[in-house]
Amino acid sequence: MAAKQGLRRQAGRDGRCTIGQQSSAAAEGDAAIVAERVTKVFGEGQDAVRALDDVSVTIRQNEFFTLLGPSGCGKTTLLRLIAGFDHPTRGTILLQGQDISHLPPYQRSVNTVFQSYALFPHMTVGQNIAFGLEMLGKPKAEIAGTVAAMLKLVRMEELRDRRTDQISGGQQQRVALARALAPRPKVLLLDEPLSALDYKLRKDMQIELKRLQNETGITFIFVTHDQEEALTMSDRIAVMNRGRILQIGSPREIYDHPAERFVADFIGDTNFLKAEIVAVEGGRARLRLGTGREVEADLPHGMAPGASVTAAIRPEHARIGAERGELSGTIENIVYFGTDTHYHVRLEGGSGFVVRSQNLRDSAEELRTGQLVEICFKSDAVQVLRD
Amino acid sequence: MAKNTPTTGLVEEMQKREVRRSWLLSAPALAVLFAAASGPLLIVLVYSFLAGGRYGGVEWQLSGKAWFSVILQRDIFDDTVKLADAHLSILWRSVKLSFLTTVTTLAVGFPTAYFIATRSARNRNVWLFMITIPFWTNLLIRTFAILEVIRNEGIVNTALRLAGVTEQPIQILYTDAAIMIGMTYVYLPLMVLPLYAAMERMDFRLVEAAYDLYATRLQVLWRVIIPLVKPGIVAGSILVFIPSLGAFVTPRVLGGGKNMMLGNLIELQFGAGRNWPLGAALSITLLAVVMVALLFYVRTVQRGSARAR
Repeated sequence: MAAKQGLRRQAGRDGRCTIGQQSSAAAEGDAAIVAERVTKVFGEGQDAVRALDDVSVTIRQNEFFTLLGPSGCGKTTLLRLIAGFDHPTRGTILLQGQDISHLPPYQRSVNTVFQSYALFPHMTVGQNIAFGLEMLGKPKAEIAGTVAAMLKLVRMEELRDRRTDQISGGQQQRVALARALAPRPKVLLLDEPLSALDYKLRKDMQIELKRLQNETGITFIFVTHDQEEALTMSDRIAVMNRGRILQIGSPREIYDHPAERFVADFIGDTNFLKAEIVAVEGGRARLRLGTGREVEADLPHGMAPGASVTAAIRPEHARIGAERGELSGTIENIVYFGTDTHYHVRLEGGSGFVVRSQNLRDSAEELRTGQLVEICFKSDAVQVLRD
Repeated sequence: MAKNTPTTGLVEEMQKREVRRSWLLSAPALAVLFAAASGPLLIVLVYSFLAGGRYGGVEWQLSGKAWFSVILQRDIFDDTVKLADAHLSILWRSVKLSFLTTVTTLAVGFPTAYFIATRSARNRNVWLFMITIPFWTNLLIRTFAILEVIRNEGIVNTALRLAGVTEQPIQILYTDAAIMIGMTYVYLPLMVLPLYAAMERMDFRLVEAAYDLYATRLQVLWRVIIPLVKPGIVAGSILVFIPSLGAFVTPRVLGGGKNMMLGNLIELQFGAGRNWPLGAALSITLLAVVMVALLFYVRTVQRGSARAR
C-alpha cells in the first residue's frame, strides 16, 4: 500500500509517467506483476554497478507488456529479477499479490523464453516441452496431452521426436515458446526472443506471439531493444535507460507524447529544436524557436515562461510547403526510401531538420538539393520536452 | 558429360595427393606408436608363450605353463590342479579397489570441477593450476606424503587422539583402504580435468532454463548437468580406472607386502620371482581386464543415453 502511494507521489513529483501509472494504480487489484522501488546493484565498492535504480512498475493481467531500451539499460536485469535468477538488492516484486522477491525460480509460476532458446540438447522436442510438467509432478497422461496440445499450438506436431539440433532456428524458437507455455505460468517472460531470427521470420513470429498471447490469455513481458517490435506488438511499453523507467504507456502515447528527450530520440526519428517559452495561456504555450520564429504547443506540467526547452517534431508530421511555414532552410540531401522520401534540410539557424513525405502518385513538383524551402507543421505536432 | 571434365579429374588428383601427404605427415607418429606401444606389447605376448629361464629371461621354446599358472596351480604334494587363490584374490582386489577409486574420484572430482567451472574466467585458471601442482612432484613422494597422513602416528590419527575421539590409533596404513585413499589422491586430477573440460563447454543457461521450469537443484543435477557432462564422466572414469588397475607404486608403499595388486604381482614375476613368462601372461591378462571393463562400461553408458533420448 505504502508503495502504491510512493508510485503516485513519484508520478506527481516529476510529472512523468502520468498516463501509464494512474491507470495502472487503478487496476492494481488485478496486477500480474508489481515491482516496488526495485534496485539491483551488481558487485561491490568501486566496481558496483547499479543495473536497476528504484524502478516501480505495475504490469496488468493478460497484458502484452514490453520493456524497451538500449543494451545495458536494465531491462534484462528486471526480467531476471522477475524470473528469479537474480534477487533485488532493495525493493519487492509481487506476483499476483504474493511477494516473490527472494523465491528461487522453481518456486514461482513464471517461465522464460531465453534469447538463446536454451533448449536441452539431450532431449527431443517433445521431452523439452514435457520437462516443466514432469518437474511439477503432473501425471503421465496429462503431460502427454499437454505436450500434444502445445505442439499443436505452435504448429510443430510432426517434429515431436526430433532432436533440438535437427530443427531450424525458427522451429527452435517455437519449441522454446511451447516449453515455457506448457506449465501454464501466470507470467511469461520473453528475453529478446526474436533477435536471432532473420527479418522475414521475425515478422511472422511477431504475429505468432500476439496470437499465442490472445489464445493463452497469459501475461507476456517482452524485452527488446527494437522499437519497431515494441510498437507493433505491445499493449503497453516501458522505456528504460540507465536502470530507470523513463515512461510507461501505450505505443501511441509513447510515440506521440514522449515524456523525455531520450524517449523521443530512442523511439522513431525526431527533430529536436532549441526553444524558449515566451508566453503561457490556458495550457498552451508560445515557443520561440532558435531560428526566431514562434509556434504554439501543448504545455506539460510545471513549466513557466522563460524556461528553455526542447521542441520535438516527428519528420512525418512536417511537410515542405509552398506557403510561409514555421521554419525555412535549404535542402541538403534527398534520400529515397521507396514508400517515402526524406528531405534533410539545413535550417537558417544552422541546425538540421528532416522532413519525411510519403511518395504519393500525385506528388507535386520535384524538389532539388540546394533549393530554399519552407517547412510547415501543425501546432499539435510540436512536443515540448524539458531541457 | 560434366563428370569427366578435366577440372573434375584435377580435383580428384589433388584429393589423392592430399591423402598421400596426410599419410606422410602422420608417418612419424605412427612409427613411434608402433615402436613404443604395439611392438613391446607383441614381445610381451610372445614371451607369455615361452618357457622361463633359470635366472630370469626366457628360453626360446613354446610353453603354456605361464598361462596355466595365471589362474591355476598344481598342488606341491599331490599334483592336483586347483585355482590359484593368491592370484585370484589379487585380481579381485585390483578390480575392486580400482572401481572404488573411480567412484570416489568421481564423487570428489565432480563438485570440484563444478566449482572451478563456475568461477570467473581468470580465477578458473588459478584453480586449474592448483589442481595440476601435485604433478610437479614425483609419484613416490606424493605417496609417502599420504603415508605420513594416514600412518598410526600420522596427522589423522594424532588429531583424532588429541581431540579425544580415539584412544588407540585406527589402523589405516597397510590395508586396502590405504591403497584406495592413495590412489584417489594420486588420480584425482585425471578425473577433475576431463570433468572440468566438459562442464566448461556446458551452456549454463540450460541450468537456468531447468530452474525456470521448476526443477530443484537435485533434479537439475540429474536431468540436465549429468547428461550433458557425461562425456567428461566417461573420459575421467577411464583415465582413473586404467592406471588404478595397473597401479604399482601406491599399493607397494601403502599396502605393505601383503596387499598386492596386479601391478605388484607382475613386478614380482619380472623381479624376484624370475618368471618372465608368467609376468608377461599376467600383463596380457591385465590388458584383457581393462578392455572388457571398458567395453562393458561404454556399452552401459550408451544404453543409458539411448534411453534418455
